[in-house]
Amino acid sequence: MILLDRVTKTYGQESALERVSLHVEPKEFVIIVGQSGAGKSTLFKLLTREEKPTAGKIIVGGMDYDKLKDKDVPLLRRKIGVVFQDFKLLANRTVAENIAFALEIAGLPTAEIKHTVPKVLDVVGLRGKENNYPKELSGGEKQRVAIARAIVRQPKILIADEPTGNLDPKHAFDVIKVLEKINQFGTTVLLTTHNQEIVNYLKRRVVTIKDGKVISDRAVGKYKL
Amino acid sequence: MRLKPKAQPPVENKMNRDHKFITLERIFKNGFVNFGRNIWLAIAAMAMMAVTLTILLFAIVANATFSHTISDITSHIDVSVYLKDEVTDEQRSSLIVELKQIDNVQAVGYTSKDQALKNYRAQNIDNPELLAAISETDNPLPASLVISPKDPNKLDTIKDYLDKPEIEALQSDPTSYSGDRKAAIDKIAKATQFFRQAGIIGIIIFIIISMLIIFNTIRMTIFNRRDELVIMRLLGATPGYIRGPFIVETMLYGVVAAAVSLIVCGGLFAVASSTLQASSLGLLDIKYSSDYFSNNLWLILTAQILAGIIIGAASAAIATRRYLKLK
Repeated sequence: MILLDRVTKTYGQESALERVSLHVEPKEFVIIVGQSGAGKSTLFKLLTREEKPTAGKIIVGGMDYDKLKDKDVPLLRRKIGVVFQDFKLLANRTVAENIAFALEIAGLPTAEIKHTVPKVLDVVGLRGKENNYPKELSGGEKQRVAIARAIVRQPKILIADEPTGNLDPKHAFDVIKVLEKINQFGTTVLLTTHNQEIVNYLKRRVVTIKDGKVISDRAVGKYKL
Repeated sequence: MRLKPKAQPPVENKMNRDHKFITLERIFKNGFVNFGRNIWLAIAAMAMMAVTLTILLFAIVANATFSHTISDITSHIDVSVYLKDEVTDEQRSSLIVELKQIDNVQAVGYTSKDQALKNYRAQNIDNPELLAAISETDNPLPASLVISPKDPNKLDTIKDYLDKPEIEALQSDPTSYSGDRKAAIDKIAKATQFFRQAGIIGIIIFIIISMLIIFNTIRMTIFNRRDELVIMRLLGATPGYIRGPFIVETMLYGVVAAAVSLIVCGGLFAVASSTLQASSLGLLDIKYSSDYFSNNLWLILTAQILAGIIIGAASAAIATRRYLKLK
């Protein structure tokens, strides 16, 4: 589902990632851990094609990034659900409108959007909040809106970059439980975090990155740095 | 909700014609919504555009008026040949026949001595002194032939003929070539040429200024909405979907500017045309401008809106290409 082959990314003299190889199977739940500056965000940007690797190969969902043309990038991004640490919700739109936004961009008919949005609100447990604005929600709720937006197009892959980074423990676990649920539905989940409790709770494959290199990759990992 | 990947075909397979239409509809809708939101920011751009379109309108009307004035004056240019009293009817008839054979002659009219006197009296009816001067003597006014040339700028053939000694012998006074009028026409024609060139340069300058102001407006809008634009990009919006609303919004500036410009100009013609007529010293026919404006109202409106839309769309296309990061 996701294949990185000796991927290197350098910014000027500094290298953010060095010969990183990673293979993620369909329906897998993989946690990328590492401290700030380890290269997690760079990895994330490479997967969403915000950045291009300096060297190495990336294949996601059967799409070889080397062969990807600029005009195909939007289609790639519609295939991948993304969740950010800072939520990236539109402040002037309601919860329902924020989720609908992703479907509008994809060109879905309005009737279908109205039909789909409530269902995905059920999945993240936010039924009844559809007409609230982001500022009326807690951090955890905001992040669940962001997750709803990411999965509403039913992507095969969901990548979440520090989704719990701005949340208190209770809300963080709410978010993580939603991610587990989505994974159970068959979506491949790639989660970056440096929260030890979450890693230990999930008992999933853990890939540890340090100074731009993969230093460990365990099937059922524990947090270790 | 079932989230199994097989439950639905991938999104891009569904991007058929319907979806493209939906996308276009949303681009327009978003353009209108953004126009409403940014209206205060857009006022400077719209005002500048209205000024540009007004100048364009005045240039069109002025051009039509100048052309009208020139053709009006040229149609009144003629050559008067004054005949001695001794000229016989036969001599006159053969002179008319010969004149009519000259290429550039459109028509030849004849004014008899009696007719000339009547015309003179009619022209000076308000001036008893001049009337008295004439009645004292026995009609001093000569009979005349009035030659209307086809092209008033090419009187040489007519002049050559009239200057032949045997023809000159028949004339009581030097031929009148409406000389002063021709000079006036030349001046107006030159002025028209100048105004046309100045108008084109002026319009270009104003279009450039309008575009620069639109650039700036779009740049500010992009800055205000940078978060939304980043999110759109990350969620897989196509560059066209992101740029489209900006272009629609700016096209609306053009439509509003055209309407404002037309209302202002229409009002100006309605209220000030008599004042303008007086200040133009009779050189220009402002009434004609006003009529031209109202007779061609729809054409002018269409031209203004089209010009506004084109200026708007072009500036937005350039500005979004320059300021939007679409990758």
